[in-house]
Amino acid sequence: MFSFFYFGTIIVLAAFLVVALRNPVYSVIALLIMFFHMAGLFITLHAEFLAAVQIIVYAGAILVLYLFVVMLLNLKRDDSYQRQLWLGVGLGGVALAEVISLVISAHLTVSPPLNEAGRLATSAQTAGVVAQGNTELIGALLYTKYLFPFELASLILLVAMIGAILLTKKGILEAKGDS
Amino acid sequence: MVPLSYYMMLSAIVFLTGLVGVLIRRNIIILLLSIELMLNATNINFVAFSYYLHDPAGQVFVFFALTVAAAEVAVGLAIILALYRGKATVNIEEFNLMKG
Repeated sequence: MFSFFYFGTIIVLAAFLVVALRNPVYSVIALLIMFFHMAGLFITLHAEFLAAVQIIVYAGAILVLYLFVVMLLNLKRDDSYQRQLWLGVGLGGVALAEVISLVISAHLTVSPPLNEAGRLATSAQTAGVVAQGNTELIGALLYTKYLFPFELASLILLVAMIGAILLTKKGILEAKGDS
Repeated sequence: MVPLSYYMMLSAIVFLTGLVGVLIRRNIIILLLSIELMLNATNINFVAFSYYLHDPAGQVFVFFALTVAAAEVAVGLAIILALYRGKATVNIEEFNLMKG
């Protein structure tokens, strides 16, 4: 209980800072803090593999890419918010109130997580979580039931790689603009 | 034990923070960061439901969301670099090329 409130508070505060801070470098650092605490939240939810992937991929690769671009562009100018600042915040507040009232009134009929003894006694798949561990279970699922989406993910990464190279290559876009 | 609805509220707060960030900021890089916030909010929901429903499929979907996020960042930052090369700014109000 305490760990959820600790991680949740830091996640919400860091998310606000990402949006509110004016310097892009500080925003990226706030997002880094948020990703680390989200990894902690994943560990409390027994998703250890995703916690590791969260730190390695998000904090290690994606945010470094962001920092690299922010520093490459050398954004010194202090950009202000949009004119519709308070309209946007108000709409967000209304939507938040709506979602929270929906969640409160929903009466979720989800069974609470079982303790370890009860977990072992449930279905064979769930028993596998305890017996073989989180990473093995996800790996087995990825290469059997979700093999086709897994291959599609690799295709998405290939397309992203080609697209990024084409977009940043000098001359291609400009040459089309000239003709 | 934490109820599932707490995780849904946390996810909703983070998602709407990202949504408001997309609405109110002018810097394109912060807009992309806000989209990352929204993707991560959905990840909280996936993992929480995966834990409470004893179904590891939710974690597999977080894995796919992560793949899409990585692709989105690569292409998005490439677009930002191409835009910056043309106009030397990342202020979103300067880009009105497709305005009718």
